Amino acid sequence: MGSQNFKIAAVIVSLLVLLIIVPYCNSFVVLLATRALVFAILAMSLDILLGFTGLASLGQAAYFGVGAYLTAILANNYGFGLKWDFWLMIPIGMAVGGALAAFFGLFAIRATGTYFLMITLALGQCVWGLAYRWNSMTGGDNGITMKGGRPQFGIDLTSDINFFYLTFGFFVATLLALYILVRSPFGKSLLGIRERELRMRILGYNVWLHKYVAFIIAGAFGGLSGVLWAHANGIVTPETVVLTTSVDALLMTVLGGAGTLVGGAIGSAIVFGLREYVSTLVPWWQYVLGGVYVLTILYLPTGLMGIPGRIRQWRNSQTKRETTKMAPAPS
Amino acid sequence: MKSASRKIQSILMGTAVAVGLGLSAPAGAEELRIGYLAPLTGGLAQTGIDMRDGFLLYLDQHGNKLGGMDVKLIIEDEQGKGDVAVTKAKKLVLQDKVHMLIGGVLASTGYALAPVSTELKTMYIPSIPAADDLTQRQLKNFPYLIRTSWSSSQPNHPLGQWACDQGYKKIVTIAADYAFGYETVGGFQKAFEDCGGKIIQKIWPPLGAKDFGPFIPTIKADTDAVFSLMVGPMPAQFIKQMRGAGFKKPIIGGGTSYDEFVLPFMGDEAVGDVSALHYSAALQTPENEAFVKAYRAKFGKVPSYYSENNYTTAMWLDEALKKTGGKWPGAEELIKIMVGIKLDKTPRGPVSFDDMRNPVQNIYIKKVEKKKMFGYDKDELWNTVIKTYPNVDQFWTYGKDKFLAQPVYDKNFPPCKFCE
Repeated sequence: MGSQNFKIAAVIVSLLVLLIIVPYCNSFVVLLATRALVFAILAMSLDILLGFTGLASLGQAAYFGVGAYLTAILANNYGFGLKWDFWLMIPIGMAVGGALAAFFGLFAIRATGTYFLMITLALGQCVWGLAYRWNSMTGGDNGITMKGGRPQFGIDLTSDINFFYLTFGFFVATLLALYILVRSPFGKSLLGIRERELRMRILGYNVWLHKYVAFIIAGAFGGLSGVLWAHANGIVTPETVVLTTSVDALLMTVLGGAGTLVGGAIGSAIVFGLREYVSTLVPWWQYVLGGVYVLTILYLPTGLMGIPGRIRQWRNSQTKRETTKMAPAPS
Repeated sequence: MKSASRKIQSILMGTAVAVGLGLSAPAGAEELRIGYLAPLTGGLAQTGIDMRDGFLLYLDQHGNKLGGMDVKLIIEDEQGKGDVAVTKAKKLVLQDKVHMLIGGVLASTGYALAPVSTELKTMYIPSIPAADDLTQRQLKNFPYLIRTSWSSSQPNHPLGQWACDQGYKKIVTIAADYAFGYETVGGFQKAFEDCGGKIIQKIWPPLGAKDFGPFIPTIKADTDAVFSLMVGPMPAQFIKQMRGAGFKKPIIGGGTSYDEFVLPFMGDEAVGDVSALHYSAALQTPENEAFVKAYRAKFGKVPSYYSENNYTTAMWLDEALKKTGGKWPGAEELIKIMVGIKLDKTPRGPVSFDDMRNPVQNIYIKKVEKKKMFGYDKDELWNTVIKTYPNVDQFWTYGKDKFLAQPVYDKNFPPCKFCE
């Protein structure tokens, strides 16, 4: 329990540090931090599936994309969500993400493992195809530019720094909500399903329903991140919903450490840092990113969040060796 | 101990002198910071490299100065993605404090970057993105935008007229399924049908398709010719498969179907095909010959329109900044100056701006021929110019007001009246 409290304290401290430092950085860093936070929400939503239920999904970009496209379409065509009604846009985006997940879940939840991966991939690409082909609604490959800019309601979100604070707020709220979720009895039964689905079924749990609900919750938070992304980026294109976005979310989660929630945030920060920042410094940034992925999977299957555990393990084995070495001495 | 402190002292002195020199040195010329966006990784990387090299060649030939200003060119990889381009553009403006943004390849990137230029009040030159509406129906939203390249439909209006003049009555179009394809086909169809021709079928393979097997058999047999619009890796495959399937009738196409960029990857099967663009590397003018030779000597390949457009962009900026006496006049002022500049001696021929900040330029109808050019000793494919339409603007013969009254060319506009 002590270690748990320590972890919580560490997360709170790093969040505070982030909140204090970022506003003093140059405006490009503020921009990147905002985007990384949006993707952190997406990665955390995926972590509910990947880390806590054991379902590797390659379709998380679908909910992200639906949230983003809906925000852009409503804002451009109806001027909706640009004043105080931005606060309505958030639940609407989450509802649409959740609804889409509820629909997709009917097909996807039947499958497990690789088959689940393939089905979610296919469903995600359906949304991409729609975004790409439904020209009159989505603008095809040109995408939708948010003409009205960011919402203004007393607080002027057109300022990058204000928008950073807003995104930060949503990030913390999501982290808190998902943390409560995974520690709830429902979350515990998800863990049970991850560890041994058959046993849970024998114990009388409705495994399908548990997975289905987790899938919907993940979709809803995916939708939330989409709403934020539309405003963070100012443009929504099929690129937003393409497979690589799903893969990015998956890699971020794995990189940071699946089943830890904050791991997704760390992964997101690292990927954005490498991809958007290192790429402005060196032309071979892709090798750096690739190298990080490969090394993580080879040597840190539990992600970066697994490092303390690994160190502890190593230290334990050291002390054990010490004691076994010491033991024969008296005799 | 003493010697160490002396060493430190001398280092400090040295640094101080260096800093002092550094501060006093650049008193000569003002610095012009240009943020240059091109895809240097991903599927469009070769295009991006051609663009960059065109721009670099001009800087190289002019001592890295434009209009007397020292150029600091900051090149960012936009990966051919609008999202990335926006992020990189913001980095360039917010962190590097560039005076202007140049570049992007895809129309979608142009649409992504134009609002950024408005938001950040920074000049933006789409030196390749050709989306019609950037300088047409949406120009009013982009006060800091000036285009030095072309609009998608611009060369295809004359090509439609030309095809009609050849006596083609019925044509099938086959074009990549995205906005640039729609605008290219739209321009061609409009001019061709206004002259009395008929588009009898429109086929839309997906962007990036390499296998045209499912599409070629559906081409109607009674067509007189096929009009194609292919981009990236598509053109070489398309021609090979069309001729391989036994299609004997003429094939014509939008500029990117036969650009110098793809010609080296094509075989003899492409010989005789006709396309239209505002540049051909086979243009027989002293300016172009010098450009092709210099470019080829430096980069080992024939320049494409991607290279030429960026070379000319640099030239245009050079002339504009000469008028300001080597001082940065601010984005609005520079655009005002640039619009008034007519260049007679660019590789592509005379260029000027219309009142919607898109170039007025020659459109060349070009035929692929295998021959030797400019003293190179090998037979190669070149785009021989067979007809020049001089000083074509983006509205063709329709006039600005009438043209802008119709919607932007789309998959369903102009409607396919003769398809059944």
